[in-house]
Amino acid sequence: MKNRVVCYFSTAQSEQPIIYQLIKNHDLIVNILKADINPQKEGYLVVELEGSRDKYKAGIEYLKSLGIKVEPLSETVIWSEEICIQCGACPSFCPTKALDLDRETMMVSFDNSKCVICGMCLDCCPTRAIKLYFEIREAV
Amino acid sequence: MAYQKTYEEINAKIKRGEAIVVTAEEVIDIVAQEGMEKAAREIDVVTTGTFGPMCSSGVFLNFGHSKPRIKMQKVWLNGVEAYSGIAAVDAYLGAAQLPENDPENKVYPGRFSYGGGHVIHDLLAGKDIRLEATAYGTDCYPNKKVDTIIRLEDLNEAILFNPRNAYQNYSCAVNLSERTLYTYMGILKPQLGNASYSTSGQLSPLLNDPYYRTIGVGTRIFLGGGIGYVAWNGTQHHPNVLRGENGVPKVGAGTLAVIGDLKQMDPNWLVGLSYIGYGATMAVGIGIPIPILDEEILYYAAVKDEDIYCPIVDYSEQYPYGKDMDLGFASFKELKNGKITINGKGVITTPQSSIFRARKIAGMLKKWIQTGSFELSRPVAPLPSADADIEFKSIPERSPNGNNK
Repeated sequence: MKNRVVCYFSTAQSEQPIIYQLIKNHDLIVNILKADINPQKEGYLVVELEGSRDKYKAGIEYLKSLGIKVEPLSETVIWSEEICIQCGACPSFCPTKALDLDRETMMVSFDNSKCVICGMCLDCCPTRAIKLYFEIREAV
Repeated sequence: MAYQKTYEEINAKIKRGEAIVVTAEEVIDIVAQEGMEKAAREIDVVTTGTFGPMCSSGVFLNFGHSKPRIKMQKVWLNGVEAYSGIAAVDAYLGAAQLPENDPENKVYPGRFSYGGGHVIHDLLAGKDIRLEATAYGTDCYPNKKVDTIIRLEDLNEAILFNPRNAYQNYSCAVNLSERTLYTYMGILKPQLGNASYSTSGQLSPLLNDPYYRTIGVGTRIFLGGGIGYVAWNGTQHHPNVLRGENGVPKVGAGTLAVIGDLKQMDPNWLVGLSYIGYGATMAVGIGIPIPILDEEILYYAAVKDEDIYCPIVDYSEQYPYGKDMDLGFASFKELKNGKITINGKGVITTPQSSIFRARKIAGMLKKWIQTGSFELSRPVAPLPSADADIEFKSIPERSPNGNNK
């Protein structure tokens, strides 16, 4: 199985070589998507973990045994109306009409509830008004 | 052709705040309701607008001198090189210029997140810009290095000069190949996955004055949110092309070189753009007023999207390699509605030019004229028109080692 998770850790936990352990002891493929550690050595890690179901479970248990909070990753697409120039290119790439062009006003709108986070709009926007965010809480 | 007005008469009405000004979209219904003759008597000015990527744009800058003085040989603004092969502290920053060390397309498709257009936008937004310059040093200009922070207000001059803007019509780009293409017309999905088009159609300046009867050298215009002027015909100006019965070119035709003081412009109307896999450029806002001097001028200014056509061009082989192909034409009405038909297949359309913003520009220009703050200027010289004999040239293939005639 393959899953993306956010790991929140505190100062003591950041001293642990957790990535090394996940690979060596739990035989998981680890792909770090994003990481941020503040000067107090608290922070978070967004990782993609891949391996057999048992090994994945054991790996997650290992993280939890260290006191690291593991939560599923939620991604969200943000459309910035202030940056958008209303060119109207993105709706032609959006498979769910989350990004839509009103043919009367020729204005673009974004309905987050329809978005499936396929990411097609990220590349086609020339003003980069559309961004993908990982939803991450403040460091624990 | 009975009724005629002069620039002087129209400007006198503008000064009195009495000019009748409508946008190039509003005029369509007015003409339909009132007829050409009555509408030509009533309407003084039709305003047009366009807001889209225009790569052939840039700004001439004069930095003032350092102490000791410098003859800048190389200049960078936020790491983006400006051409400095002109006088000591003059430079020209092009909208499509990339920063030094940009990864370009090394990891394809490249991101091109920042370029000359973004620097121009940032300058105009009043942001701090890092200025770096190097020089070899002379007796009169001993300084060899400048590394400082500048803002627009620090410059003696910042003159926007765009050698080719406001293209009169443009091809609709499609992709017949099996792979995604990354072009200046945006992403083109394989096997006719989408059709990308530019220009604002019935709002576009040169499509409303197809023979350049009123738009010429010296025409005062809306440029980048401020006032600018038509400086000359643009590069690749090619008016003697295929035209419809209504006089409107059916392929790319005329272009404009435009000029204006950057310091009185607005960052909302000059916006840096990043085209994945292609490069950086800038969206430029242009609006041109058309004085309704007679019925014929009004007839052209009342052109509708359904009567404007552009050629459909394949960007996998036809455009890049000059392969002969005929995919027909699409009308701007279909393009703006979101779907065209090519070889019997319905294809989703992808706009590059913002109609919403083009409307805003035509509306702003209308207001400026109505309130008397913008008078019309008679061109001091005409642009070459459809009767010109201009050949659209390509680079000759000659050996640098001689053996050529």
